[in-house]
Amino acid sequence: MTKLKSNIPHGDLAEKWSHYKSHQKLVNPANKRKIDIIVVGTGLGGASAAASLGELGFNVKAFCYQDSPRRAHSIAAQGGINAAKNYPNDGDSVYRLFYDTIKGGDYRSREANVHRLAEVSGAIIDQCVAQGVPFARDYGGLLDNRSFGGALVSRTFYARGQTGQQLLLGAYSALNRQIKLGRVKMHPRTEMLDVVVSDGRARGIVTRNLVTGEIETHFAHAVVLATGGYGNVFFLSTNAMGSNCSAAWKAYRKGAYFANPAFVQIHPTCIPVHGEAQSKLTLMSESLRNDGRIWVPAKKEDSQAIREGKKRPEDVKEEDRDFYLERRYPAFGNLVPRDVASRAAKERCDAGLGVGTGEAVYLDFKYAIDRLGKNVIEERYGNLFQMYEKIVDENPYNTPMMIYPAIHYTMGGVWVDYELQTTIPGLFAIGEANFSDHGANRLGASALMQGLADGYFVLPYTIQNYLADQFSVKPIPATASDFVKAKKDVEALVEKLMNIKGNESVDSIHKKLGKIMWDNVGMGRTAESLQKAIDEITKLRAHFWKNVRIPGSKEGMNVELEKAIRVADFLELGELMARDALNRNESCGGHFREEYQTPEGEALRDDDKFAYVGAWEFTGDEQVPNLHKEDLNFEFIEVKARNYKE
Amino acid sequence: MDLTLKVWRQKDAKTKGGFQQYSVKNISPDSSFLEMMDVLNEQLNNNNGEPVAFDHDCREGICGMCSLFINGRAHGPDDDITTCQLHMRKFKNGDTIVIEPWRAKGFPVIKDLMVDRSAFEKILQEGGYVSVNTGGVPDGNAIPIGKDDADEAMDAAACIGCGACVATCKNSSAMLFVSAKVSQLALLPQGKIEATRRAKAMVAKMDELGFGNCSNTGACEVECPKGVSIAHIARLNREFLVANLKS
Repeated sequence: MTKLKSNIPHGDLAEKWSHYKSHQKLVNPANKRKIDIIVVGTGLGGASAAASLGELGFNVKAFCYQDSPRRAHSIAAQGGINAAKNYPNDGDSVYRLFYDTIKGGDYRSREANVHRLAEVSGAIIDQCVAQGVPFARDYGGLLDNRSFGGALVSRTFYARGQTGQQLLLGAYSALNRQIKLGRVKMHPRTEMLDVVVSDGRARGIVTRNLVTGEIETHFAHAVVLATGGYGNVFFLSTNAMGSNCSAAWKAYRKGAYFANPAFVQIHPTCIPVHGEAQSKLTLMSESLRNDGRIWVPAKKEDSQAIREGKKRPEDVKEEDRDFYLERRYPAFGNLVPRDVASRAAKERCDAGLGVGTGEAVYLDFKYAIDRLGKNVIEERYGNLFQMYEKIVDENPYNTPMMIYPAIHYTMGGVWVDYELQTTIPGLFAIGEANFSDHGANRLGASALMQGLADGYFVLPYTIQNYLADQFSVKPIPATASDFVKAKKDVEALVEKLMNIKGNESVDSIHKKLGKIMWDNVGMGRTAESLQKAIDEITKLRAHFWKNVRIPGSKEGMNVELEKAIRVADFLELGELMARDALNRNESCGGHFREEYQTPEGEALRDDDKFAYVGAWEFTGDEQVPNLHKEDLNFEFIEVKARNYKE
Repeated sequence: MDLTLKVWRQKDAKTKGGFQQYSVKNISPDSSFLEMMDVLNEQLNNNNGEPVAFDHDCREGICGMCSLFINGRAHGPDDDITTCQLHMRKFKNGDTIVIEPWRAKGFPVIKDLMVDRSAFEKILQEGGYVSVNTGGVPDGNAIPIGKDDADEAMDAAACIGCGACVATCKNSSAMLFVSAKVSQLALLPQGKIEATRRAKAMVAKMDELGFGNCSNTGACEVECPKGVSIAHIARLNREFLVANLKS
């Protein structure tokens, strides 16, 4: 087992990043023009990286599977973006944001990366304001803040309930400017299906044009994956329908290690599942927990009467309501981190106190409306309330919302070092696609921060340290053997899938995978459930390769083929997630092994044995992967049990 | 509920399309419209047919990818939402639903219900931005912006680029889409500096790409899933007039 080199610079924590920037290698302006960079994905990470690299003078080729970069799923983030500006004068600082993020991640992230993230957070807000992002303002014209889970300060900047949209449109506008200037060549409706590795370095990608079906190769001196997370392995999640793991997975199969795949975030405030035809889950922003109080009936008979439609929640007496988060965690109350809130909801529902279908709890705005008036609540959350009413057909101003946890974000991802470089030289991973900053649980409003930090302020520096001696490398033609072989492999994959001609749809198999994952690798995991998941996924994978039916042809638009390629990868990733969860004999953050908990039911870490990043190396089809460990050394922070009670 | 669907099928941009009739059964009123389409596609797939291609992604009303003209209305019979947020409880058992793609010269059909909206990209590339590079910008609070202006800019910035305005307009005009971006940036001090050039360049590109003129019927505003107001078209016209007076 090799030890992974994280390449963290020496020196004091607060000095590492500035020291790195002062001493790293740079590429001179004339040579930048000779260098091609591929950026795959155009969410917050990809769009900001592609735009920033274009501005610096590199030749950028950007790819997305949607019809426009603006559709990337960052667009759906609602609540906000964290930054240690301390505008409200409530005691925030770079250190406090760093500390909250490490603690929120249950001490399973890298100190140096997280500190850098906190350091650049303020500059992100400045950048977005300069682009014309219409953040919420107070009457004096200055920027407004709100609170989010896992923090005692208000450091979250927001644009109504559409912060992700506005930040992405900001990055997209910067990208559009570079496209117009000819610095970025955009390839929409194009999916990456492999990375080309030549002489041990990433030198390009293979893509499928989703409109024509054409398989093509593209050369670059470096490749950046900004392809998001893999939550759709569960079929039902808050991800977009097209969100997938394929780019990251192909990189894994080519030698990039995949880190902490078991670390998945289950978001506590989603609209509950309605039935069999459900295709995705809709999030209700965590910001609602600022003013909503979460409860279930204290008595089972009340819960049962509600489930049977014999009682309305409004009629449950005040003393018969169990505000279980406020009861269990007095200091943080309804603003505990997501993993804690999700588990607490599951615990109450498992105890027979759930409402709705039995898998739902209440998020009640009655108290905030009494305190602040309906107008204030409408101004803060109007669009979210409207969205809820359209989906559920109930008015949350009059009756409590019903919510339940759902798969939302993946902390795990492609392993990267401090420079965001994977174990394949020249291949970088940013944003949700990498594993680096959120440990075992991400705090709310930190995904937007990380995506933009990586794309605007980290990668444009660190990638140059790699590229400094690459300008003399001549573009490799598509006729070179490595490119020809990579293209042939993808063509063979497509051919193989089309020739199965089975009798079950891709969605049907994907739903089966999702059920295995949710039941066995979900909120509560045991050694037994994880082994069961591995066995069942192995069988389902074999079933897929015999029975999947893809109508139509490989030429032209074929949505079923696109989905089949993605699900084939999910069927491998799901197994790796179970293996990682089985290996990690502790509970931490979003990874809850039922065997490892305190008497109060809190996650019980084992720092002696598991204070490491688990990075998996592909060893071949149907082979057990190799585990490599990156030890997490906490030099600047005292590691202790997370406590949100006092 | 049981429904009859008349769905536009078209192999690709070059082939002539037409309506096909299908029936779907046991649809839950709590399902979304696109989940009903999933049921149709599963049914087609199981009967050796080819599923209907339609654009969709986030399924929560924000990415702007879904489209569909449903019973003659962009995004269907409900107000202020996208097709993906439309739920089947808005229909009755036994209904016949007609489903078509966006129809506009600027949006050619790719397949079935999918259209090519890259013209919107080209318009925004002409000036839908503030020309700042990454880094070297002032502190966020060094640019105070009145709450009313910030709120109005946000109203305009809420545009999701779905194209319902174009599909609804009898002239296939993209004025609401263009005005949303021009107005957002004209309201903010950061965007004022380039306001003149922006308005001219974006309108010129819109005209060049074959979108029609605005004749102030206001149909676009009614069908906009994000409630973007035609007041922004008035601001675009002002910006455009000023731009032409200056030059």
